[in-house]
Parts: sequence; structure tokens; C-alpha cells
Amino acid sequence: MNAPANLKYTKSDEWFDPATGAMGISDYAQSQLSDIVFVEILVEEGDTIEAGKAIASVESVKASAEIYAPAGGKVTAVNKGLSDKPETLNSDPYGAGWMVKVEGGAAGETLDSAAYEKHCEERSH
Amino acid sequence: MVNAASTAKHRPSTGSGPVPPLSAKIVEPTVFDLSSPGRIGVTMPDPDVPETTLPPRELLRSDLPLPELAEVDVVRHYMHLSSFNYSVDSGFYPLGSCTMKYNPKINEDTCRLPGFLHTHPLQPIETVQGNLLLMYTLQEWLKEIGGYAAVTLQPAAGAHGEFTGVLMMRAYHKSRGDTKRVKMIIPDSAHGTNPASVGMMGLQVVQVPSDERGNVDLKALEAACDNTVVGMMLTNPNTLGLFDENIEKVIELVHGCGGLMYGDGANLNALLGIVRPGDLGFDVMHFNLHKTFSVPHGGGGPGVGPVGVAARLADFLPEPLVGMIEEGDDDTAPLYGFLKPAKSIGRMKAFHGHFGGGFVRAFTYIAMHGPDGLKDISQYAVLNANYLLARLRDTYRVPFDRICMHEFVAEGRFEGSDVRALDIAKRLIDYNFHPPTNYFPLIVHEALMIEPTETENKDTLDAFTDALIKIAEEAKTQPDLLHNAPSTTRFGRMDEVKAARELVLCCGLPEDYSNQ
Amino acid sequence: MSYIPISPKERDAMLETVGVKSLDDLFEAVPARHRFPMLNLPPALTEMEAMEELSGLAQANENVRSDLVSFLGAGMYNHYIPSVVDHILRRGEFYTAYTPYQPEISQGTLQAIFEYQSLMAALTGMEVCNASHYDGATATAEAVNLAYAQFRGKRRKVVVSPAVHPQYRAVIRTYIQGTDMELAGDNPNTDLDSQPDELATLIDENTSLLVVQYPDFFGRVYDYAKLIEAAHAKGALVCIVANPTALALFKTPGSLGADIVVGDGQPLGIPMWYGGPSVGFFTTRRSFVHKMAGRLVGETVDNRGQRSYVLTLTAREQHIKRERATSNICTNQGLIALGTAVYLSLLGKKGLRQVAELCYQKAHYAAQQLSQIDGMGLCFSEPFFHEFALCLNRPVAEVNAHLLDHGILGGYDLGQDYPALKDHMLIAVTEMNSKEDIDMLVNILSEVSHG
Repeated sequence: MNAPANLKYTKSDEWFDPATGAMGISDYAQSQLSDIVFVEILVEEGDTIEAGKAIASVESVKASAEIYAPAGGKVTAVNKGLSDKPETLNSDPYGAGWMVKVEGGAAGETLDSAAYEKHCEERSH
Repeated sequence: MVNAASTAKHRPSTGSGPVPPLSAKIVEPTVFDLSSPGRIGVTMPDPDVPETTLPPRELLRSDLPLPELAEVDVVRHYMHLSSFNYSVDSGFYPLGSCTMKYNPKINEDTCRLPGFLHTHPLQPIETVQGNLLLMYTLQEWLKEIGGYAAVTLQPAAGAHGEFTGVLMMRAYHKSRGDTKRVKMIIPDSAHGTNPASVGMMGLQVVQVPSDERGNVDLKALEAACDNTVVGMMLTNPNTLGLFDENIEKVIELVHGCGGLMYGDGANLNALLGIVRPGDLGFDVMHFNLHKTFSVPHGGGGPGVGPVGVAARLADFLPEPLVGMIEEGDDDTAPLYGFLKPAKSIGRMKAFHGHFGGGFVRAFTYIAMHGPDGLKDISQYAVLNANYLLARLRDTYRVPFDRICMHEFVAEGRFEGSDVRALDIAKRLIDYNFHPPTNYFPLIVHEALMIEPTETENKDTLDAFTDALIKIAEEAKTQPDLLHNAPSTTRFGRMDEVKAARELVLCCGLPEDYSNQ
Repeated sequence: MSYIPISPKERDAMLETVGVKSLDDLFEAVPARHRFPMLNLPPALTEMEAMEELSGLAQANENVRSDLVSFLGAGMYNHYIPSVVDHILRRGEFYTAYTPYQPEISQGTLQAIFEYQSLMAALTGMEVCNASHYDGATATAEAVNLAYAQFRGKRRKVVVSPAVHPQYRAVIRTYIQGTDMELAGDNPNTDLDSQPDELATLIDENTSLLVVQYPDFFGRVYDYAKLIEAAHAKGALVCIVANPTALALFKTPGSLGADIVVGDGQPLGIPMWYGGPSVGFFTTRRSFVHKMAGRLVGETVDNRGQRSYVLTLTAREQHIKRERATSNICTNQGLIALGTAVYLSLLGKKGLRQVAELCYQKAHYAAQQLSQIDGMGLCFSEPFFHEFALCLNRPVAEVNAHLLDHGILGGYDLGQDYPALKDHMLIAVTEMNSKEDIDMLVNILSEVSHG
């Protein structure tokens, strides 16, 4: 379980980087989903989104998940390459697996990495 | 939020199985692989009419890339394929929630009688009175069995029946000017089709949990019941195989807030002659003729999903219904035909439903059972399930352990072992049993959902429990046997990740076939 | 008759293991006042009696093989079914199996469905095909759902040609009731002589899907390429409802540019069975595969390196995606899809084309002969396949009653659905109709016309 300290997390397993405005799914989420085979980003550049809005839909071999924005703002970039390489979400969830970047908005209810790790631990039982 | 059948890793093998080579070995070629130019499977007669010129070339396709095989090639190919299938005719198939009972062979003959096989759905009703009488009678019988005022035979499957039922429920509220009802209450143990049917209509799902005895949590239900509720969809017995001990209170709460009660009839095999859902207060229910009434499952379908309704919903049924158009007398038989309910939600599919493969088989089955025979079915289905439960509960943890109905759910995991329900299921195949349903319902960890049906004898049930008890032992002593199972079959575990990532959904097609 | 294989002695032993005294004791959770109702049903029949009863019902019908000569089509067709098809469908290994959730012991079903998908893709000229829908009408309604989901609900209009089968249009209306979708073009009073290209005027930036039929409900064959281009120019998708037999002869919907091709597979070796079960085929382009409803079989390998097949992309489906799934479909028409695969394998490249040409030739002979009767005529002049609209000089019901007296099942009364086509009959001719049958129809209709 890997949760970099510079990021913020939601209880529903998304991460947000306050420095860059990037967001995606956590390492815990990708390991729970297992082999991800499909990603559809549901927002477009220029959209204004609120924290909690569904930004992506993800399917693995055995599971599906809706991904909710951990922070609001104006969408400045969408990771278009993900749909061709959905496995990136498994291999590099915090790097090449970023989904959407926003600017000028507010983070919703988030946890720091220590609190998030504890949240994950609690669910593993 | 993650919706998952199982959230842990599914690899084709977690043991030390062989690594697949780059090019796969072919066990049975496809019909495209088998094709050889010039072979002919069927010869059609020459035209007996003067020839007409074909339409202009620009309207015609240049090639038809279908295979070319002789009749014997086709027969052997499909015979080979059939030998790769496990089926009810070959062995015990305790797949929970699916009611894999024996399919009587007479049904296969009755449904193929030429008078049924070769009648057109739009023939004048005077020429198909046999079909219409059969449909009318089946409607009447299902009304009696379920406790309903009216039944439509039209829906093609259980999920299609659910959609039909929920459309009627909404139409009913709307007809009363009650337009603010947008929510459907669904327990956490429900089949996925329930929320999906509701989602298709743009209604919202309100999920309620189960309590520690596997009943609907009454407090949560009470909190969910208000004047925005269309109704509740409930499977009873539920997917844990348990009859809700507070069923009357549940229905009272839903009716109390003006909601309607939908019964998912997937588990009706436990209730024939035991209790009529309509009497309990379920306003709408679909029947699964392919579960309860022996229509075979066909490797995935067709199903048949008639829907019964209480009197207040009868006007909303889909069109057409079969009715008696003219009453007969001593000299003339009555005339049967089609009726359109006054406030019908419309048509659910083309024509009248799954007549041949569905209605005729179910009619034959009910006719051969009668009221006492139907009650026997449910009593023995429930006895068989309870017998398995009694023999297995010391070996496998049963999270909601009380007298079950026609099925029960055990946990496929053991303290201190990495063996999972999937491994147990696959190992059962080595003992020549079809595995139970796994990873459903979602509220039980590593669920093994076991439904024996009434058509299994004690010897089979004993052999099955012996195998499961032995597997529990193997899980401790030789876990790799389970991780690598099945090993006795023609095929081993499949690489599901490769299938999904590489996505090969068709074969044998020339690259430019779509331009022809 | 009972199929319960448990003796009274075994029953008692089992009750003891369970710890109850009688079968009735197993049902104490059921409210006592409703427990064990007396069902008012006829007493049980033996197998012999049941066969007699069912035979009597079947014989009370007039069937189109031994009692009547049929010229009725309108969505369900009387074709020859080679013996092999039913021999395979009667294999218990196929018909008593469940959905292939355990692929190691379901490769028969899985490979057969994979081949069905491949055969239907070849026939329609599309890239992917799912494992089937209930029938052609519900497959069409699911195409509407796919398009709505593809545009995430932002495009709400669906343009449907009035020349799509009336019952298919009715099913679309049922499926979308109460949603924010709206239909355009679904008007039986439209001028049915107008060219389909005129539908383009109804398509705008709010349109998710255009639905046309090929051949259309009146049997006419159009080249829809231009219309499809116009729809695509507005960003809309196009669904073609196709007759699979016609596709052996005419250009594929794929080559015309369709995004979705659906239809009913009944003409491909499935009996009419008074309307069902048949099979709805659903083919599309690869880019829409995640929004397509229904099961899909994909190729893979097993852990012994053998080519094999599994249900794939299952996370799209209702059992995992629940209320977020595109459709609630679970059970499909697996066995019927197998039947069409056997039929297509057997007829193959040459045989299916022969069937299509026989239908075409016989229908054109019939049309030519019928159109020469005074007071009758063909309603449309466009190329047609095996169905055509004949204008009569008196009510269709009256004519059909007369035909029935002569053992002929006449055509479909188009006036039921299209007020402008009062006294018009839709006549279907297949390879099952001999020249003699057709000449008899012509003779009787001549008498009717002059009488």
C-alpha cells in the first residue's frame, strides 16, 4: 500500500495533488479493482466541476467503479492516453495514471496520507 | 465506490501451472478454421419460376464471407463442442439462484409439435385457437399459483419482467397524479437486475441492509419509506435462501407510505403450494418459467418472464393479453383472442412472447404436476437444501444459519488459509460437480450459494457433501490442489485478463469484409 | 407425474438429519394464515395423458406446413430448416446447461457463441456482435439506449423511420417512456412514398440515433449511404434494423456506414413458433463495445496453453454495474443463437446466397403476376427483396377470409398501422412457396378482384 505524503485522499479512494491540480485513483483502489481493462473520462477540458462529481468510469476484469472528483475547479487537462492503456492505472496510479487536472477550485473533504492509510487498513479486515 | 463480484486478484492460476506458449494449441477449430472452398452443407432446389434479373450491382454485396462445410463437418464440430459442456443431463448442477432442475424430456417433444412449431404470430385468431387456449390457460394457472388478478406472458426473461413490472408501478402512480415518486427501495442482497431495471428508467435506488438474521432491516426500511417511494423490489425467499420472518411487516411499511411491492420470482421454486406471493401483498411479481417451471436454460437463454399483478395494476399490463373474446355454449367452443388493457404501458417485445420454447414447456410441466405435485416440488427442493446445510454447517461457516428455503449461502474460506471460494468451486469440478454460484450475494464474504433443487436423490447429495468436506480437508493439507484446479478437465483456468485486454470477439473475417 | 427421485424412507432419514419431523415443519417462517393454500388447478396428468392433451391443442391450430400455404411475413418468415439444426439443439449438453460462468466446463457453449458472434459480424459487415438479445424489437430498443449512453444523456432525440416495423417502434416507445428521450419521424401518417433521405431534415445536434430498416417494413431496399453520411455530419449514430437473409444478397449495413446493426435472427433456421423465442442480434463497431449491453464471448488461452473462450468485459453488465449498467439484460437467447450458428455454418457462403436468391426470384415472380390483375397493383416502385405491398380494391380482411377458405394464409393488412395504406396487403414470399402456390394465389386474387 503506497500513499505519497504530498497528496490528499478521499474515503472513496481518489487522490488529489494540491500542487498540480492533478487527480486520480489510489494504489489501494487499483489493487482492489485488480486488472483494469477500461477507463472512460466523463469530463472535458473547460468543464467546471465540483468536488464529488463523477469524473471517470473504470472497469476491471471483475469490478467496476465510478471515480469522483476529490476537488472542484476548472478542468485544464484530461489524460486522453488512458483509454488506450487502462493498465497504466494498475502500474502507475500516481504518475502516468493521473486522470484529470483542475485549477482554481477547492478540495472537498480529504484525508492526509497517514489518515488515509489508516482508513485503508481498517477496510482490509 | 467499487461494485465487484470479487475484489481480489483473479489470475488463471495462482499455483505453479505451466506458462501459456505464444501460439495457443487448438482443441477444436472454429467453423471458419474448418472451412474449405467448394464444400456444401445443404443443397437448395433450383428456382421453379421464370428468372428475374437481380437488382442493380451497386445494391449488392460482392462476397459473403461465411464458411463452407459439408453436413458431416458441421455435425461433428458441434458434437465435439457439446462434449466440452457440463449440463444438468450429465450431472449435479447446484448453481444457487438458478434452479437447475431436471428438464423433462416430454417437454422437448410437446414444444415441437408441428401445430406449435409452424404457426405464424399474425395468423387470424380463428386458425390458432389451440395456441390461444394454451396461453389463456397458462395465464389462469399462473394467476392461481401466484395469487394474482391478471398475468401477462409477454416478457422474455426475468429481467424483462422486472422492467415490465417497474414500468407498471410508475404508470400506476402517475395515473393517480402522484408524480413525485422517484425512488425504489432494494435490499443489499438483491440480484443486480433489480437496480439495473430501475436504473434503465431513470429512477433512484435506495439500498436497505439486511439484519443479523438475514431479514430486511426494518429500522432502515422504515426510514426509507416516504411519499417519494415508487415501491420496493424484494426477492423472498431472498438470495441467502431465507424467508423473511417479518415479511408482513415489510409489506405493511411499504404500502403504508403509498408504495407498491414488487416480488422477484427468481426463488419461486421454494413457494409452490406453500404460499402465494399475491396473498402476502406483493402487488407485482415476475415468474421465471425457465427456473421454476422447467424450461431449460439453453446455455444462457431463452428465458420466459411472465408478470402477475394485483387488481389495481391490471389495467397497466403490456399489450396484448389473451382473453376470451366470445364465451362458448353447449355447441360452440369459446373464442380466444387478444385484448389491450385500458392503460397499457405498451408492448414489451414483438409478437406474443416465448410461446414455443417457453409457454408450451411450462404448460406441459404444470399440467403434469397438478396442485399436489407442485407442492411436492417446493417441499423437496427445501428438504434437499436443508439436508445439504445440515451436513455442511460444521465444515463451512454459514453466516445466516437457520432453516433455509430452497438454497443457502456458505462461506468458501477457512481460518489461516489462502484458499478462496473460487478455488473450492474449481476443485468441485474435479469431483465432477458443477460449482455453486460464487461471489453472490455481495453481503457474504467468499460466498458459495448452493441450490440443489428437488430433482436430486440422496446419494447425489451425499456424494456432493462428501466432496465438499474432502475439499475442506485438502484446503489445509494440499492447498495447491485447489489453487490449480480443475486438473481433470479438458480445459484449465482461463486467462480472463488477456481476454479483456486483447478483446478478440470474432474470428475468420477477411480484413475488408465490412466494405463488401 | 413426479420427477422427484427420493423414496419415503430416504425422505425420513433426511428429515431426521435436518432435525424436523415433517416436510411441513420446514415452513414455519411463512405466515401461518397464508401457509399451504389449496391451489385450484386440474389434477396431475401422466406423460401419456399430457402428450394427448398437448397434441390436441397443437392440432386445433392450422399450421403453415401441412394446413395452409403462407404468404404472411411482416417480421417472421417461413423458411426451410435443415434437419441438422434441431438435432444439435436437442443435445442435452447444450440445452440443459446454464450461462457459461465456469468456462472450464462450458467451452461448448462459449465457442458456439463466439462463432455466432463471428458469423453475424460477417453477415452484417460489423466489427463486434454480442451474445444476443430477446428479439429484433428489443435489440432495436437497446440500440436506442446505447446511443443515449454514448452521449451521456446530452442528446435526447431519436429519429425513427416510419418504415421501421410498427411493433419495433412500439417497443422503443415502451422502453423510453418516462425518460427525457423524444422520438421524431415515428409517424404512420407520413408520406410513405417520400425518400428516406428526407429523414435527414429531422436530424440535428440533439439527435443521438437514427433508426432505419433494411429492407424496410414494406420490403423496399434503399442505399442508405447518403442518409447515414448526413446523420454522421450532425454527430448522430445510425442503427440499421436488418433482415439477415437479405444480407446474403444486398450490401452490408457496415459498408453503408451504419454504427449499429440489429435484427431478428428467426429467418436463420429458427421455427416461427407462434412468435418466439427467436433471437435478437446486435452488432456494432468496436468503439461502442463498452456501451453495448449483453454478454460477450472473447478468445483467450487456458493455463495449459490451449485456445479457449470466456465471457469477457463482464463489468459492463448488471450483476456488477447494477443501477449504472446500460441495460438490465441478463438471460439472453443462447440456445437460439446456437441454432442460427448451426444454420449459417451449414448453409455457408453458397447456401445462404441461394436461399436469398430463391426468395428474391419467387417474390418478384409473384409481384409481377399479381400486378397484372385488374384493380390491383404494386404500391411502391423501389427495388424490393422478398416482401412487397399490394394494393387491393377491397378490404384486406375480406380478401384474406376468402383466401383462407382456399387454404391460403394471406398477407399482412397494412391499413392496421398506416391509414394511407388502407386496402394494402404486405405479401411475403420465401423459398417455401412453390410456383404452384404462387399461381394459386394469383388465380384466387383474380377471382376476388373480378368477383
